Amino acid sequence: MQNNANKYLRSEKLPHIWCPGCGNGIVLGAITRAFGLLNCDQNNTVVVSGIGCSSRATGYLDFCTLHTTHGRALAFATGIKMARPELKVFVLMGDGDSTGIGGNHFIHAARRNIDLTAIIFNNSIYGMTGGQSSPLSPLNSRATTAPQGTFERPFDLAELAQGAGATYVARGTTYHANMLTQLIRNGADHKGFSVVEAVTACPISYGRRNKMGNGYDMLLWQKEHSVPVEKARKLTPLEMEGKFAIGELYKADAPEFTDIYERFIEEKQKKNKEERQRGVN
Amino acid sequence: MNDVAQLARLMQGNEAIVEGALSAGLRFFAGYPITPSTEISELLAARLPLYGGKFIQMEDEMASMAAIIGASLAGLKSLTATSGPGFSLKQENIGFASMAEVPCVVVNVQRHGPSTGIPTAPAQGDVMQARWGTHGDHSVIALCPASVQESYLLTVEAFNLSEKYRTPVILLTDEVIGHMRERVILPQPDQLKVIDRKKPPAGLEKYYPYRPGKDGVPAVADFCDNYRFHVTGLVHDESGFPTTDADVAEKLIRRLNNKIMDNVDDIVLSESWLTQDADTIIVAYGAVSRSARKAIKEARLAGLKVGLFRPITIWPFPEKEIDALSRQAHTMIVPEMNLGQLKLEVERAASGRSRVIGVNKVNGELITPGEILDTIIKQ
Repeated sequence: MQNNANKYLRSEKLPHIWCPGCGNGIVLGAITRAFGLLNCDQNNTVVVSGIGCSSRATGYLDFCTLHTTHGRALAFATGIKMARPELKVFVLMGDGDSTGIGGNHFIHAARRNIDLTAIIFNNSIYGMTGGQSSPLSPLNSRATTAPQGTFERPFDLAELAQGAGATYVARGTTYHANMLTQLIRNGADHKGFSVVEAVTACPISYGRRNKMGNGYDMLLWQKEHSVPVEKARKLTPLEMEGKFAIGELYKADAPEFTDIYERFIEEKQKKNKEERQRGVN
Repeated sequence: MNDVAQLARLMQGNEAIVEGALSAGLRFFAGYPITPSTEISELLAARLPLYGGKFIQMEDEMASMAAIIGASLAGLKSLTATSGPGFSLKQENIGFASMAEVPCVVVNVQRHGPSTGIPTAPAQGDVMQARWGTHGDHSVIALCPASVQESYLLTVEAFNLSEKYRTPVILLTDEVIGHMRERVILPQPDQLKVIDRKKPPAGLEKYYPYRPGKDGVPAVADFCDNYRFHVTGLVHDESGFPTTDADVAEKLIRRLNNKIMDNVDDIVLSESWLTQDADTIIVAYGAVSRSARKAIKEARLAGLKVGLFRPITIWPFPEKEIDALSRQAHTMIVPEMNLGQLKLEVERAASGRSRVIGVNKVNGELITPGEILDTIIKQ
């Protein structure tokens, strides 16, 4: 897919810090191509991230970028979006970042339906700290903090987002990079809280420990374990076992938070002015 | 009715903070309910929209702190308000604001602790948390009002200092001052000095958001206002991008400290009362300074040479002033609603020249004039 994607990169900051075989570069590529499709205005867009491997992506993107604290990216972004609703705000997070330490901010951003586009790089592991299990690590998967496999059930990020009130929910993979680009573009076009889960590979900290091979093998794993949502809807839970749906999973129209608040301010100021004029007369 | 009487109002301390913030140009507030600071949230929910400002009740204390940093980076003067437990939760992002040099004001209406303590009772237990609460070496400014009127004035001052030095400023008040009602006369808008953050000139070919000016403070642009740049809590160079270079790290952390410590003469406010001939100085701040004033009046009637030194800025600590007073007073008495937090600073600054005695109370009750007077007499 050729477009003007490269202009959205701070190319002087490359090469990136990610390991060989890591899928984060593919997600970053999909994001920049989506920016290209959106013809995104670099001077009126803010990209916010949390802490972790994926959150270093903001350093490579040529916008006003904000690399925040662990889990809090959505809360910082909420302040930016409320302060300047005319800005387009993207939020990049990892799986541990958004659903572990930032889980509360995630469900509340969804509840408010605030117009942010959240892109979650889901590599099923805390990569930056060397491979600890995350709330999205599959049951029984191995991690440094789960040497015999995790005992905890993971969240389904998409169901969590939808249940909490997000109005656009999609899932893509780094194998389906073009689809991922489209999903990010559509998420950004959607007014309200949009969640795009990008399934990405961490061969070093997750793949190796779970005998999934190298980055290439893990890309094939994504191909083999994902099912387009249209097809997935026709399958039984048994048939879907061990597989996950990809595509646009949920979309709804609902009032957007900053829209509602801006209208409230307008009305309140108008009413106040009228009352004052009546008071003077 | 004369002019002054027309301007006088009966107001609660927390309400005065709201008025002060609005006068200073507040346009964004994010908070989370917590006793005894909640009135600030409640009043701003109603008032801010009238000014075109934004109010949001966030999902927790960390989020409130994060949201005000985001809004400040987007160009709005921002505030949050909390009390002890919430102040602890905000510390992580207070450190971010310090490192990324984001102006913002945090009100802590101190209550009894640790933990849930007595939520409705006053204390001064967060003096050291205000100074050292967030991890890592950092500078901080904390102001301590002793009246409703001063709650208003110091809120304006807190915004001015945060904008001027691009640093979080803590208004460290307490439950007594926050909930007390007294007569105030608010200054007219044209009598107030309001400082706005400096901005970079437009059209620079290469922009360094974190290159400090002569005052040690960088002119960081507001987001989407002429420049594209990166903001991070990682150690960063003048371009704003992360680095692990030891020299850059050393220089950055020292500058963040020095931009405050080199300007203590501009920042530090204090009050001296009846200290001219005093051989005994009461060092008191916040609500307790009111009890100290009453005790000093009584002591003076008994012919004792006692005066009050009141740090208004408690961080940075007014050490020069204590140094000078320690050369005339044989004794300093430090009454505090904690087990002796600021007393440590007084001892350090007095450096053995004066004997330093604490009057300490941690039962959720205000120290009385009688308790201070007893110590003056017995010393």
